Amino acid sequence: MTIAVQLGYMAAATLLVLGLRFMGSPASALKGNRWLAMGMALALLTTLVSLRHFSHLVGVLVAVAAGVLGGTAGARRVKMTAMPQMVAMFNGLGGGAAALVAAGGWHGSHGASLWLALVTVLLGSVSFGGSVIAFLKLQEWLPSLKGLRVWRMAGILAMLVAISFGIAGAVNPTGLAPISLTLLAAALAGAMLTLPIGGADMPVVISLLNALTGLSAAATGFVLHLPILIIAGTLVGASGTILTQEMSRAMHRSLLGVLWGTLKGSSGAAEQEGSIQEASAQDIAWLLRYARSVAIVPGYGLAVSRAQMEVKQVTDLLTRFGVQVVFGIHPVAGRMPGHMNVLLAEANIDYEALWEMDRINPRFRDMDVVLVIGANDVTNPAARTAQGSPLYGMPILNVDDAKAVVVLKRSLGRGFAGVDNPLYYDEKTRMLFGDAKATLTQLARELETTA
Amino acid sequence: MSLVAELYITVLAILAGFQVIAKVPSILHTPLMSATNAIHGVILLGALVLAFSSPTGVASVMAYGAVFFATINLVGGFAVTDRILGMFRSNGGASE
Repeated sequence: MTIAVQLGYMAAATLLVLGLRFMGSPASALKGNRWLAMGMALALLTTLVSLRHFSHLVGVLVAVAAGVLGGTAGARRVKMTAMPQMVAMFNGLGGGAAALVAAGGWHGSHGASLWLALVTVLLGSVSFGGSVIAFLKLQEWLPSLKGLRVWRMAGILAMLVAISFGIAGAVNPTGLAPISLTLLAAALAGAMLTLPIGGADMPVVISLLNALTGLSAAATGFVLHLPILIIAGTLVGASGTILTQEMSRAMHRSLLGVLWGTLKGSSGAAEQEGSIQEASAQDIAWLLRYARSVAIVPGYGLAVSRAQMEVKQVTDLLTRFGVQVVFGIHPVAGRMPGHMNVLLAEANIDYEALWEMDRINPRFRDMDVVLVIGANDVTNPAARTAQGSPLYGMPILNVDDAKAVVVLKRSLGRGFAGVDNPLYYDEKTRMLFGDAKATLTQLARELETTA
Repeated sequence: MSLVAELYITVLAILAGFQVIAKVPSILHTPLMSATNAIHGVILLGALVLAFSSPTGVASVMAYGAVFFATINLVGGFAVTDRILGMFRSNGGASE
């Protein structure tokens, strides 16, 4: 490697780290993303400069052109509600590419490189297979197969087969047959392991797969002796690891619990005292209209019924009446980490009004009304009080501190954790049942008539 | 480059990654994830190195596949992140 090439990679790595640093605030994040893209472009340019000969040039150009077209078309068209699928798909492609590079470059590597190539093929293929299944499930093209232990056993078996083929190939590298079988078996293993994981756990799975792909890219860097791959892959691995941990904590589930589909045992929750008080859309409209401050707590139910535009409409009406409206957003609201913020940003809601859990929790007691839309477990006070409840210890939004609570909910069904929510039996809580999109539309209509 | 030097780089990159990424607030976790998702498209470099090193037979098919996949990953990832971040707007109102 010449000095110029090394300096080029160093500058690219610097751009990557600084770009990620800029991703730390909404005001500079767009710049951050562009720095990241520039860093990547510089790394590409440096690689092309450093190469001596270009075999298969036409074929490679065609593949790149097709990739650019496919990538931009997908990025332009995808709906924001479908972001988790999109991320899963890109992630799978990245993992697949890493596995293919390691498998194709298997020949001629020896010693530590040979074993790292095997690791790359395993990680990349597992990530590819897992992402394909995650994509199909998020797209709702695959039914949930929760509880089928057979699939997990099949996955582990496939993994063992993959590893043994890989080791056989590593010990005696003759041709591409053993490594190709490793590739296939590991992809199958990834698919089987992801198959039983349920929809609500997807934020954790997507971040985990993201970390895996990053690590496989880093391992390829060792094989090809390209430090920029090591740095970029490691950065992704770090980000995926942090997000996975944060998601598991916010959902109050262990990573192993997610992967094995086990839920903490329900404790035969105590009988609820008091009764539920339903209210009409009209009552709620008046309650909101004459509040000074309203906090809106959106959840999974809002994302599912795609009602973010209706939320914006209600917010605008309330703001016009002089009500101060803020949003309290739990870290796992939506279908991937931070998803709810994107959905609300798409509906043109100012990001200054989107408050994180730590910021809004001390302020709930000043709120006249909290409007909970399709969120359940993340508002359950049992997480603070009921020792022995599966939710106990989970970080929640303390909406019960507010002076009044309104809950828009599809039905009185339990949340993902399968626990009753005492919030609904609180005497300051009013319930309005129905699909979030429908109830919000009603609410907006009533608010217009109060004007 | 020696294995030890590469390990140094790895350790420092892990430390830098945790430092930088732990500071990203949860409001930006989706764009962070889709941007880091684009970053692992860096595997395109590896795919190009492989494709240009005159592979034959199955290996050349693998190389083409890797180039195609990695390009979608890289370009699509940055494009979609750009689109998401373009939606985050502030009018300076509604703050504390």
